Amino acid sequence: MSELLDAPVSTKRYVRRRGAVRATSLFSNGEPMVWLTGGALGLCVLMIVGMLCLVGVQGAATFQPRELVRWTTIDGGVVLGEVVEVERYRPSDAQLELLSEATRAAARERLLAQGGEAERRLVRTENFELTGTHYTWVSDFETRERTTPEWALSIERREGGPFYGVLRGFELDGQRVASEPAAAWTLLEEHLPAVLERVDARRAIEREEIGRVNRAMETERLAVRRAELEHGLGSDAARTARELFSAREVGLKTEFERLRGEIEALDRQNSRYALSVEAADGSEQRIPLATVVRAYPANRLDFGDRVSIYASRTWEFLADEPRESNTEGGVLPAIFGTVTMTLVMSILVVPFGVLAALYLREYAKPGPLVSFVRIAVNNLAGVPSIVFGVFGLGFFCYFVGASIDELFYAERLPSPTFGTGGVLWASLTLALLTLPVVIVPTEEALAAVPSSMREGSYACGATKWQTIRRIVLPRAMPGILTGMILAIARGAGEVAPLMLVGAVKLAPELPIDGEAPFVHPSRSFMHLGFHIYDLGFQSPNSEAAKPMVYTTTLLLIGLVVLLNVVAIAVRAKLRRRFQGAQV
Amino acid sequence: MIRAQRETARKSVKPTNQPSAAHHAGPERPVRKVFDAVRDKQPFEAEIHPSLLTEEMVLEVDAFSLYYGAAQALWEISMGIPKGKVTALIGPSGCGKSTLLRSVNRMNDLIDSVRIGGTMRLNGDSIYAAGVDVIELRKRIGMVFQKPNPFPMSIFENVVYSLRIDGERKKSVLEEVCEASLRGAGLWEEAKDRLHESALRLSGGQQQRLCIARAIAAEPEVLLLDEPCSALDPIATGRIEDLIEELKGSYSILMVTHNMQQASRTSDYTAFMYLGRLVEYGPTEDVFVQPRLAETEDYVTGRFG
Repeated sequence: MSELLDAPVSTKRYVRRRGAVRATSLFSNGEPMVWLTGGALGLCVLMIVGMLCLVGVQGAATFQPRELVRWTTIDGGVVLGEVVEVERYRPSDAQLELLSEATRAAARERLLAQGGEAERRLVRTENFELTGTHYTWVSDFETRERTTPEWALSIERREGGPFYGVLRGFELDGQRVASEPAAAWTLLEEHLPAVLERVDARRAIEREEIGRVNRAMETERLAVRRAELEHGLGSDAARTARELFSAREVGLKTEFERLRGEIEALDRQNSRYALSVEAADGSEQRIPLATVVRAYPANRLDFGDRVSIYASRTWEFLADEPRESNTEGGVLPAIFGTVTMTLVMSILVVPFGVLAALYLREYAKPGPLVSFVRIAVNNLAGVPSIVFGVFGLGFFCYFVGASIDELFYAERLPSPTFGTGGVLWASLTLALLTLPVVIVPTEEALAAVPSSMREGSYACGATKWQTIRRIVLPRAMPGILTGMILAIARGAGEVAPLMLVGAVKLAPELPIDGEAPFVHPSRSFMHLGFHIYDLGFQSPNSEAAKPMVYTTTLLLIGLVVLLNVVAIAVRAKLRRRFQGAQV
Repeated sequence: MIRAQRETARKSVKPTNQPSAAHHAGPERPVRKVFDAVRDKQPFEAEIHPSLLTEEMVLEVDAFSLYYGAAQALWEISMGIPKGKVTALIGPSGCGKSTLLRSVNRMNDLIDSVRIGGTMRLNGDSIYAAGVDVIELRKRIGMVFQKPNPFPMSIFENVVYSLRIDGERKKSVLEEVCEASLRGAGLWEEAKDRLHESALRLSGGQQQRLCIARAIAAEPEVLLLDEPCSALDPIATGRIEDLIEELKGSYSILMVTHNMQQASRTSDYTAFMYLGRLVEYGPTEDVFVQPRLAETEDYVTGRFG
């Protein structure tokens, strides 16, 4: 107060400039800024919505059953298939040259009448073993006739891709029992479910029973190997182990033979049925019913049939395993792998990130070192993810994993158990990758806890840790969950590092299953992100895989959204708890 | 402009004040030597009324000084806080009232740069001696802050917080204490049906009473109130003041207030502080009606501050 009284007062006064900005001008009303800021936001929204629409529309259309159309060209060729794409273009002369001389003039005339422009359709013809291609372009000027054969059948096969053809008959034990399409279709509908059931039974035997026998055999072999490693090759223990092994081996081999017999019986029963189908080129093809996954007369479907086919294909996609190098069938293992990996990653990264943030914010004395650590953590978020992959491979797989193998799984060497990519190492690598994503929001949330609350707690006689646990952490929980949400979104969509530390094209076994010890952290796994990359760029026929790429992308986006929605719902619930007059 | 006003205020004070000062303190006492001494950083004796000497003290402050780094905030303060009474600390902003209050439960420990001199004793136990367990010490002292600061948990959990951190798990004990404390803080009727709702949904005044309930739940030996009504509206303020009135006797209360009326209404004793020093300390009525020092009269009558 006294200082205030004695302070000298400056006599110079600041005079505000007037009229620099007119109150009526466009800028003072903020109009251009509204447009600029609104436009920027609009552009962002447009791009995101556009991408989502593209993925959504394309992805949702994949399983829709389409009409099978047959074109006869003016040169007498026949094309049968689904129209995938229609576009207008200007054909070059060279294209006309490809036509035979007799028809070229007519085609040119027709083209001229259309003003030199033609419409062409990309037709999915399939029947790869006959045509050697999956797609073909059909231009309007070279077609003579377009029909939709009533009994055109779209057949999804277990191997070799789909087959399109007109149903001609049904064979039982090599005898044609139906020559009329309608009768053949009735027989097909009658026998297909039983055939599919037997196929499933066969697969179950192969997978579970034979798998069990193989595992038992492997366990015995490993027991011998362990005995040899521990007691030496010529020791008594090794000899008894070997004798035991030979004794058991006999039993297992008979078991194996019995199972093979069962499979053969099923196969024999299934091989009794076959379809007779006329392909586009007019040749009649015999298609064993055992190879059929699904068949439908594409041009005879009513709305209900379409819906049921769509639903059944979608279900297959979600609940089945991939076929045909991942381009067909389902993605269940990939969904499972993605979810497992993301959850394990979250379980690993959240506690670590929160503890690290707690130390940085609550315990560490602020200073240059803490600032440096904070900057380093932030920079960690900018390191290319493939670098984390390389680190994960080098450190987790080749160093930690190899050490574990030497210590605990020596009998399996040289084939690695933990010494190669696996779901645990992938989760750890991604946990490392997403650590800054958790630490930064958590630290902010901790800093945002009002000091009045901490003081209130200390005044009640609480220790620092009690204050943190009872006041600071609950209050910061929404922020911590924000960090977790960001980590999940980042981790679930990450692909590059996974390619090095455990994601594979095709994993025969899930990381969690019914086989003891039920959780197999060393197993490699399938991942939706990697699946997309594999379908789009590594599959032998990427054009045919394109629809699946969209669908899988849609699924991955949906999965990330689902995981996020759950986390956001939890956060909203917590926020409501802390909501009040004073926040 | 402010400066000019102050100047005139100072000038106008002199003639009116001279007789009263002479009346109470005798003509030989130089007027306002205290403020001069304070400004010159000279030592002086705080004016402590003799009626305080007969009180039993719950808290004794002895030559207590406090420094924020190099800056001294409290200068050799010596005073006793009577048991079962309400003692108010008044003084202009920045005079060290809150600092003194927060020194009692060592909340200033949270600031790294703080150093202290002198001693404080709570019922005879030294507060600042080496080896004192701060946590145990704070458990004996309740504190209510300027802004209501309920914890982000239910009303029930807020009240029994002290018991929770002591590890009390018996539901019957917790419920008993919760009810007693809420009744003590006059919040029971309003809160009994919503004990398990978030405390943050209460109104500001209710939140502050909840904080009082939380403070008295641990049966503190002394209750510190740091401007408990400054963030509240007049009605809520009135309720808190009534509450302080009710708590008088069962609790020894040391409160900081900016509000002269509040100090005169609610407290038994009042201490006037100025620039980190205790100036005058005595029964509230005496301090407000016939202070011994002219400076105190200037302040309580609103001539400055």
